[in-house]
Parts: sequence; C-alpha cells; structure tokens
Amino acid sequence: MKQVLKVEDMSVTFELHQSEVQAVREMNFTLSEGETLAVVGESGSGKSQAFLAIMGLLAKNGRAGGRAMMGDINLIGMPPRQLDTHRGKDIAMIFQDPMTSLNPTLKVRTQLAEVLVKHRDYDQQKATMAAIEMLERVGIPEPVKRANAYPHELSGGMRQRVMIAMALLCQPKILIADEPTTALDVTVQAQMLDLFKTLTEDFGTSLVLITHDLGVVAGVADRMMVMYGGRAVEKGTVDDLFYDPRHPYTLGLLHSTPHIAKRAARLDPIQGLPPSLEHLPKGCSFNPRCAFAFDRCLVERPPLTDTGNGREKACFYEGPMAYGKVA
Amino acid sequence: MFGYVTRRVLSAIPIALIAVTACFFILRLAPGGPFDGERALPPVTLANLRAHYNLDLPLIQQYFIYVGRLLQGDFGPSMVYNDFTVAEMLWIGLPFTLMLGFSAFIIGTIVGLVAGAFSAVNQNKWPDYVLVMLVMVGLVIPNFLMAAVLQLVFGVYLDWFPAGGWQAGSIPHLVLPITVLVLPHAGRTARLMRGSMIEVLGTNYVRTARSKGLGQRLILARHAIKPALLPVVSYLGPGLSYLLTGSLVVEQVFALPGIGKYFISAALNRDYGLVLGTTILYMFIILAVNLIVDVIYAWLDPKVRYH
Repeated sequence: MKQVLKVEDMSVTFELHQSEVQAVREMNFTLSEGETLAVVGESGSGKSQAFLAIMGLLAKNGRAGGRAMMGDINLIGMPPRQLDTHRGKDIAMIFQDPMTSLNPTLKVRTQLAEVLVKHRDYDQQKATMAAIEMLERVGIPEPVKRANAYPHELSGGMRQRVMIAMALLCQPKILIADEPTTALDVTVQAQMLDLFKTLTEDFGTSLVLITHDLGVVAGVADRMMVMYGGRAVEKGTVDDLFYDPRHPYTLGLLHSTPHIAKRAARLDPIQGLPPSLEHLPKGCSFNPRCAFAFDRCLVERPPLTDTGNGREKACFYEGPMAYGKVA
Repeated sequence: MFGYVTRRVLSAIPIALIAVTACFFILRLAPGGPFDGERALPPVTLANLRAHYNLDLPLIQQYFIYVGRLLQGDFGPSMVYNDFTVAEMLWIGLPFTLMLGFSAFIIGTIVGLVAGAFSAVNQNKWPDYVLVMLVMVGLVIPNFLMAAVLQLVFGVYLDWFPAGGWQAGSIPHLVLPITVLVLPHAGRTARLMRGSMIEVLGTNYVRTARSKGLGQRLILARHAIKPALLPVVSYLGPGLSYLLTGSLVVEQVFALPGIGKYFISAALNRDYGLVLGTTILYMFIILAVNLIVDVIYAWLDPKVRYH
C-alpha cells in the first residue's frame, strides 16, 4: 500500500530554564493510505508532542529533529509559511478539548469557510455553502442554523463534530486526532468513532488516533504503536497486540483496562508511575515497573527490533508472559 | 442587541442618582462655606446671601430643590462668580476639556493597543523589552512631574512647543498637554493588551487556527485580536476616568481654560453649585463612555449579549 507519511528518527526536545527534556526520541513509523494507526500511551509518553511536532505546533521552547516525509516533502523544520500551504489541506488535526478549540468570538461558518478560502481559493459564499454541506455530513442537524451559531451555543459533541468537519473540509491525506473523544460523554464517544470510521473511509484519509483508551483502539484502528517514556516500545496490528502482546508494558495496559466479559472485582493496574522524562531510568525505561526485567534490562536499552510478521518490539525478554505476573 | 443597549441605559439612571446624592452630601460635610472670606461678612449680608441661595433651608430640602432643578437641566448659580450660572461656565470650558480628553483618550488607546499587541507578538525579543521599559516609564512618572519636565525640555530648552496657554486651540499648544495625558493611558493600555494578547496566542483555538494553515497575519487579525481586546475594553471606562482626573492637573499646569480649572478652584472656594456641576458633568461623560464600552464588549464577546 502507498505510504502517505514516513517518520524517520524523529525527536522532540523542550528547552527548560537550565536543562533540556527530550519528550520524543528515535521515533520511526509509517502510515499507509487509508489506514488507521492508533498511538497509545500514558500521559507524558510523548504521543501528543510527536504529532504536534509534525504539524509544526510545538510550544515556543520546543524543537523537533529528524524527518516526517509526506511524499517527498519533509514537514519537520519547514518554515511556517511553507508549512501553511500543507496544514489544513493535506494534513489536519483535531484536538482533545472541543470546548476550547474553537474561537469563541467567531461564528462556526466563519471558522469553517476560512479553510476553503485559504486552501481552495473559494469565494466566501461558495466556501460557506461547502461548509454547511460538510456540517450536514458530520451529522449536525439543522446545519444552516448551526453554521450561524457561535461555539458556546453548541454542545460538546456538536463542537467536536464541527472540529471534524473543519479538519475534513479539504479532504486531507492525513488526519491526526489527539484524544478526540476524551472530553465527551461515553454515548457520544461511540457515535464519534463511527463518524471517524465512515468519513475517513469515504475520503480515503489516513487516520492517526492518539489515545490512552484501548476500547477506542479496538473499535477503530488497524495498527497500533505503544509509546513509553518518549519511545515506541511495541508496534503491530491491533489484533496481534491485543491477543498476543509481546512487550510487558502493552500487556500491562491491556490488563488495566476493564473488560465486560471478565467480571474482575478489581482492575490490575501497572504498578508505579510513568518515569519523569528528565530522569529516565538507566537501561530500559520501563524496568522499574516491569515484572519480567532481568539484569540486562537495568544496564542496556533494548532497541526496537523487527520480530517478523510486521511486528516490532523493544524488549529483551523472550519468555512467556502470564497474566497476573505483570507487576 | 437593542434590548441589551436599552437595559444598559436604564441601569445607568440609578447609578447617576446615587452619584449625585453622594456628591451633594459629601460636599456639605466639608467645613466652611462659599462666603467664608478672610474678612467676615456682616451678619445681615451673610444671612441675606444664605437665604438667596437657599442655604438657610434644611439640608434635605436643599437637596430636593437641587435635584428638582437638575432634572430640568438647571445646574443653578455659581456662588462665587456672580455673573455666571454654573451651566454657562461649564459650557465655556467643556468643549476644550472634551477635545483635550478625548484626543488623548483616542491617541493613547490606539498607541497602547498597537504597542501591546506588537510587544506580545515579539514576546521576549528586544522590541518587547524596549516597549515594556517605555511603558514602565510612562506609568511611574506622575503627570505633574512629567508635565513640568516636558515644559522645561521641549518648551524652554528646545523651544519646540509653547510651554503653556491655549491660543484658540492651535495644534502646537496642544502637543505637550496631550502627551502628558497620553503616556500613562497608553502605558496602562499597552500592558493590558500585551498580557491579554500573550494569553490568547497560547489558547487552544489559536493553535486550531495554526493547524488550519491560516498564516500569522490572518490568525492575528481574525482569531487573536478580538478576544484579546476584551479585558482591554473593560479597562477603557475606568481608564477614561483616570485620564479625566489627570486632565484636572494638566489643565492647571499648562494654564488651559477647561473645566478642570474650575474644579480645583471651586472646591477650594466651596462654590457648591460649581463643584457639583463639574462633578456631575464628569460623571455623565464617564457613564456615557462606560455605556459605549459595554456595547463594544457585547459586540466582541457574543456570550455577553444574552445574559
């Protein structure tokens, strides 16, 4: 399948007062046409920052290295003016909090239409018509009325639909959704995921779904990448990783997710806390929390290696991983 | 929007009434009266004068007489300048004060907004440092000192502008007084605008705008400036009252014929009618500007219109 995004050796560094923090290290992955890639990890694992870097949206003290190739153009380090010819057109992003991600002082139609005016050279009227059409497509009732509303007049779910409509206006090749359902009601979450699935299929858009919710991953994604301490620790198809996790962290994540079939009295969380990115443990970053860690894990960092069948993992442990032994 | 404006206008009426009442009684609490001179007047003359201006009536009755006249637009007589009514005196000084005050207000607001926004966009680069420093200078130097220094440097040493006087409002005569009024107002506005703009540039919705590839200019013009103006606009009402209070001093220092001049001399003379007249006039100007500010605020922030 055709690759739409190829990220090579990407890193993200933040400069603090006296020190530097590396939020993302040695990141490599590809995104194929029409595929949905889930990026999973705890808060602070670097999953959001990696994609903000690709969009050129890092905070002022942030710096990205490496390459993110969209076709033969590298998005990393591209001057903002040049980046603006791609952002919103070829690659779009949806954010976690729909309540604050829309401008409170502008009507919905203004915020939608401007994308088409900028990237498609539509005039205002044509752009507004197209915007209303897209609102209808993302399942907003009375789209004309909603288009003339201000964001505060819409519910959270409705606003996230507006964000989706906004991101898809130019039918981008890549859509990055950063925890798009976290701020929404559970009932709305499911509708939203259906919407993602239908629309990205219709437009042939590749979707990157950043989340910490494995339920979301199971429902929508084709492949997944698990991140820990700024690095990818396991990659593979969703089925492979769910049924046969090979990295203890992936296993731990799966066990800390409630499951409707197993009526466990208690969840089985991963012990300990995610590491501070400023003081990553020596060797494997996960070793303090890992039940399978042995002497090698304490001194040497396991590289992300191909284990066949399109799977990759960063772990030295090769033995069986039994439930209950995690942490 | 029309309903909103009507509500605001109606709510200004009790405010005006409270202010008039407070001024009236506070003024009377001050010791002395308009006819206390260095040489005491003969008791009969004094009694006649007091009777003429109704000062012999109970205070509460005087209050109702005053308010009753005020409602008909009559500010009453001046008790010191016998040949003029308060309205006549205000009418002479008002155009001048308004011109001075509003020119300074408009110039200061524009300068402050532009400087603040520019500072924010260049946050922590040298233009920002320079502007922040200038703003501090404008803020900390009191206007009477600033006026004296400007008179000395530009009026006397360099002789670029006249150091005082009015001459039918010729522009050179206005430069120094307006500058003195503009500096602190522009400074305060710039500080607010800088802070609020920096905040807005860090919001999620500006990040959304960037993710749409809109480009810096469009982001600033359409997405950032309007919300950034909100706190600044709500400051403009009180800002104008600071500025008008400052203009009392400035009119004195530059020997200008505005109503500020009466304000101070009338207070010292206990010219009750004139003090009240000037205060009420200032109050109306400030109420009117606050009303305009509220309307602008409602235009900027769609949420306000419905509450």
